[in-house]
Amino acid sequence: MLRIKGGKVYDPANGVNGRVQDICIANGKVVASVDAGRTIDATGMIVFPGGVDVHTHVAGAALNFARGLIPEQHRKAVPHLHTKDRRAGIGGTTPTTFATGYLYAGMGFTTVNEAAMPIMSAKHTHEELRDTPIVDKTCLVLMANNEIVMDLLEAGDFERAKDVVAWQIWASKAYGVKAVNPGGVAAWKWGKNANQLNDAIDGYSKVTPGSIVTDLARIVDELKLPHPMHIHCNNLGAPGNVATTIQTMQRLEGNRAHMAHLQYHSYGGSDWDTMRSAAAEVAEYFNAHKNLTADAGAVLFGTTVTITADGPWQHLLYQLTGRKWGNLDVENETGCGVVPFTYKQNSIANAIMWAVGLELLLLIDDPWRIFLTTDHPNGATFWRYPEIIQLLMDAEFRREQVKKLPEKVLPRIFIQDLNREYTLYEIAIITTAGPARALGLSQKGHLGIGADADVAIYNENKDVAHMFSYPRYVLKGGEIVIEEGEVRKAGDGHTFAVRPQYDEKIEEYLRPVFQQQYTMSFENYPVPLERVHALEIVDRRTTS
Amino acid sequence: MMTFTLKEVPTVPLEAEVLSPDRIVGLGIDEVRALPVFHGKRQHRLEDFFEIDGDGGDELELRGDLGRVKWIGRGMTRGHIRLLGNVGMHVGAYMTGGTINVAGNAADWVGGEMTGGTIHVHGNAGGQIGAAYRGSMSGMNGGAILVDGTAGIELGMRMKKGLIAVKGPVRDFAGLQMKGGTIFLLGGAEIRTGAWMTRGTIVSLVPLRLMPTFHFACSYSPSFLRVYSKRLQSSGFTVPCEAFNGSYRRYTGDSSVPGKGEILMWQPG
Repeated sequence: MLRIKGGKVYDPANGVNGRVQDICIANGKVVASVDAGRTIDATGMIVFPGGVDVHTHVAGAALNFARGLIPEQHRKAVPHLHTKDRRAGIGGTTPTTFATGYLYAGMGFTTVNEAAMPIMSAKHTHEELRDTPIVDKTCLVLMANNEIVMDLLEAGDFERAKDVVAWQIWASKAYGVKAVNPGGVAAWKWGKNANQLNDAIDGYSKVTPGSIVTDLARIVDELKLPHPMHIHCNNLGAPGNVATTIQTMQRLEGNRAHMAHLQYHSYGGSDWDTMRSAAAEVAEYFNAHKNLTADAGAVLFGTTVTITADGPWQHLLYQLTGRKWGNLDVENETGCGVVPFTYKQNSIANAIMWAVGLELLLLIDDPWRIFLTTDHPNGATFWRYPEIIQLLMDAEFRREQVKKLPEKVLPRIFIQDLNREYTLYEIAIITTAGPARALGLSQKGHLGIGADADVAIYNENKDVAHMFSYPRYVLKGGEIVIEEGEVRKAGDGHTFAVRPQYDEKIEEYLRPVFQQQYTMSFENYPVPLERVHALEIVDRRTTS
Repeated sequence: MMTFTLKEVPTVPLEAEVLSPDRIVGLGIDEVRALPVFHGKRQHRLEDFFEIDGDGGDELELRGDLGRVKWIGRGMTRGHIRLLGNVGMHVGAYMTGGTINVAGNAADWVGGEMTGGTIHVHGNAGGQIGAAYRGSMSGMNGGAILVDGTAGIELGMRMKKGLIAVKGPVRDFAGLQMKGGTIFLLGGAEIRTGAWMTRGTIVSLVPLRLMPTFHFACSYSPSFLRVYSKRLQSSGFTVPCEAFNGSYRRYTGDSSVPGKGEILMWQPG
């Protein structure tokens, strides 16, 4: 039992905006009162629910591939030496598994959503997540280029496609569905791409990127998954891609969807010379359509590594930069590309990207629908989130940063004209309450009675970048895990997986398809229950 | 001057990046004795491995066979290190200034990713001299590495600026993926010299077996070589005087990249 006494509480899900009140904790949950146990004196401190990252890449084959490709970044990374309570590792752009848990918790974040897991490497992903301490985890399984599903949609067999998706979610012990460059990654296997929603995909006559978007969103909604379809649109990164992004959002009318790393999809112009911010157009459409949520995918200047299932884009990025390139083919499911990248302040394209991420956060008026991410490690590493919070909360500081950009950029961005400043209450929404609600994790992101006792307590400080980098205490499941920057107790987090409704007979259909087309046997494909540590199942089977 | 005498050759390599003027200058002898070194995974005091004498300063003299002592002079910016025997891997890595003099042989990665200063090895050197560490975009970016003996593979790999001169023969892949700077090969090289080079100059006083992706351009007498010869003479690195006034065959490549590098081969007589 534990009481957090006298802190200023920000709990947007329960409408608490900076009120001084006690938070009582027993058995890992927030309770109405306690009569014994330790008291944390939080006078002069602010109390947030534990942070929730709705879109990050922290485990799995692609991330490990990136780790292997960038020894030069690891050499510069901060080493974490072994101590009594802590395993050794390194920080940097792709922190090692243990360090990932410590760094997230060390920033006050207690739940992370691994946003791209191929089923083929689901076992690997879950095993790495087991070694990612403290934080709770969810994973999204990659679906929009799964050729079994695409074949069924081509044949018009929607119901069976739905059963296959549901079966694959449970087989991979995933929490939701991710769509990456629908159809484009399948086309990449033939050396092609699908930039527009009506583009033909090699090998298919009826299925187009646009039809995949609509069908998959409908499948996710009909399966009643807690998190809507999580989509990385076609035509990522390209000047003028705003048209594709808005068309994608139009295709999603009538369904729920989460638009991932929207920054990468909000560019105007027609080529690199005319590229400009189209954050205003995207935000205008987005604001009017309440079926959508989004995360920023903001960019900060510096060196990082880009990792995505969007293989064709990564090949283009490699050609643009002349740096290293890694490409993986994941049989009938998806692909993956890795390219190290440096976002430069004096590059016009990079400066526009920096501005667009912040512009979206400032122009989308409902903080419950836009969340703070950098698409770690693509836009910047997650441990730099406090830098973005500072940019959001201080318009003057923001304008100082704009002054450092090349002058030619100014007519192409409009961040310098935006005066909005986030309040602490709004920061609490975009980092905790909002993403928890979008993920459908009702026990996370708030401090109401019955919530998981994941709490971040910060020393109140005008320097918010510093404040959010160094919480005074972090509690996970009611236990103090971080105290003044030191790991006190690094327990294992839980993994949440959804068990959707499907016809068990679907295995009879899948087995021969597998035996014909996959290199691994059908029996070895699903992740057995006992392979996932501390699994918590969200059961969506309907009792009939 | 401070002297460090190795007590006995360590069983596994000792990591001693504290042996650098930057780390030692301004410290009292007791503080120097307490500096941390890693022997395998265990941390020790410098005095566990060395007899230490003299007073602090910019000048260090290291005595004994230091073939298993790594990272000496790592990142140094100033001063002078004199090694009377052999030295282990990564000597002078990341250094930006000062001089290192090795009387014996040096192991691999001499001056890895250095940006300034001079390293003179009087014996033989290992592989990857002045090279980029694995994954890095560029290797040596300034300074000079002079070797009186032979050198190993991947000499100057991805180097961007600076000078490497070797009197004896060097092994395969000298100037691999070179991006700039100058390599002098007084004793020639084995195969695939200049593979993937995009810029920079490799000068050889001995005919080389070139890759088919290097193309003959012209014969001429480059005047910049005479400037280099003075630079080398002043560092006590003697070269045959006539070589620097002679005629050279110029080859460009590596056209498989494609690159704009050059290999200059001396034509005596």
